[in-house]
Amino acid sequence: MGITKTIFSGFGGQGVLMMGYVLATSGMHEDKHVTFLPSYGAEVRGGTANCTITVSDEPIASPVASFPDFAVLMNTPSVMRFEGGVKSGGAVFLNSDLVELRPKRRDIQVVAIPVNNIAERLGNARSANMVMIGAFVQKTGLVSLKSVIKSVKSIFETKGTKVHKINTLALKEGAAFVKGLSGS
Amino acid sequence: MTKQLMRGSHAIAEAATRAGCRFYAGYPITPQNELPEYMSVRFAQLEDATFVQAESELAAINMVMGASMAGVRAMTSSSSPGISLKQEGISYMAGMELPAVIVNIMRGGPGLGNIAPSQQDYLQATKGGGHGGYRTIVLAPCSGQELVTLTIKAFDLADAYRSPVILLGDGLMGQMMEPVIFPDPIDPAALPKKDWTLDGARGRDSRLIASLHLDPTEMEQFNWKLARKYAAICERETEHESYLLDDAVVAVVAFGTAARIAKGAVNRVRKAGLKAGLFRPITLWPFPGKELRDLTRTIKSLLVFEMNFGQMVEDVKLSVGEQARVHFHGRPGGIIPTPHDIGAAITKLIHRYGL
Repeated sequence: MGITKTIFSGFGGQGVLMMGYVLATSGMHEDKHVTFLPSYGAEVRGGTANCTITVSDEPIASPVASFPDFAVLMNTPSVMRFEGGVKSGGAVFLNSDLVELRPKRRDIQVVAIPVNNIAERLGNARSANMVMIGAFVQKTGLVSLKSVIKSVKSIFETKGTKVHKINTLALKEGAAFVKGLSGS
Repeated sequence: MTKQLMRGSHAIAEAATRAGCRFYAGYPITPQNELPEYMSVRFAQLEDATFVQAESELAAINMVMGASMAGVRAMTSSSSPGISLKQEGISYMAGMELPAVIVNIMRGGPGLGNIAPSQQDYLQATKGGGHGGYRTIVLAPCSGQELVTLTIKAFDLADAYRSPVILLGDGLMGQMMEPVIFPDPIDPAALPKKDWTLDGARGRDSRLIASLHLDPTEMEQFNWKLARKYAAICERETEHESYLLDDAVVAVVAFGTAARIAKGAVNRVRKAGLKAGLFRPITLWPFPGKELRDLTRTIKSLLVFEMNFGQMVEDVKLSVGEQARVHFHGRPGGIIPTPHDIGAAITKLIHRYGL
């Protein structure tokens, strides 16, 4: 698999950093090398938050991604900012409920997932990020869905079983949605 | 021992706690605020620990000074401009031979600079920083795990030599999360007893800790004592990492974040058949100059790479003299260079000298 870099980006509050944290934790559980690099410092209310996750079979030199393999984009400004940098042959994952814009590039794959709708149907709009990460790992195979479920359990353990259950369900629904798309 | 995914500044704070640190004072500044944040929570769980958000950097370093005098393992942290404010206190601690650990998560330039990762404070950290001709031991971690091991080592060295020790990192080291493994915590009561602390003179003669020596003879003797101590540190405590240097024709010399990226560059050019390696000083003071000079028996081209416009390169030149060509590649200001960038610089050097 080598070294794979993913950027997660969206509004503050969409759980963008949590998605990255779940992916990095899952990679760690699979004994891979991982780094999580958040954007930090002078942020503005309503502005974008993003983080870069590297998952690798070998030690990671730089945790920065100038040209990420994947980008998970939860809002329109994120598409504008990150579409250009994605590696040719890579993929972008869009929150199609919020993002009307579609990438112009033809050399990257676009996976559009109505994560807000799915999360609301499950009864908790706040689990939209978990729907997305479930879809992301199902499609990319970067880590196994099993590892992600395990990570989410460990991360949300202290918040009670209800929170953990809804998040696990959201992960599985996200994965199922992607499976349903052209049988991938 | 289980792996935990942890932010660098949290890893430093947890490692310090496990090293027996029981006093922390600091004043907020980005990009290291997560360190005192973690400390404030962690120390609240301990009965014998004190966390103070001080009213200023100056107050914080003086509180650390007091705690250290009382024999407690003490620490403060800040970022470049805040470290400048602490220099008076660090100088006094050097003059009073007080141990303490000072974490500097460096910024990108003079004045307020910026909060992006940079190595602009190498000279300040390694050449004393404050007045009076003292030195501080300076440790430069390059990974989450090394933040843990070097934080613990910093406390041990501080106590062993009764000296302030600086842990020198940057925004990338402080903000990035990586898996880390912690050793078991040390019980502070089990640490070697200090025979110089000010802990009440009941049943013994009183002690004095001061940095004032009005009698020039006395002052000279004290300065020579410091000089002997620093010579002993230089003799015993240098630490470095050698990576793929055995058959190398070019050695990149880099520390901290820059070294981590340089290692990626070395791997990259090795795949292309170019023989490059990495020499990474882990102690910046004492600088591993002898080890670097030994290297020049076989490697005649050194490429110093720093995230500044040339600071450690002075120590490299002093160490190797005329024994090797010393080149410099720098990215000052908070740009995080890529392995590709440094790989290109290595390749250029190999072409230039037909290596």
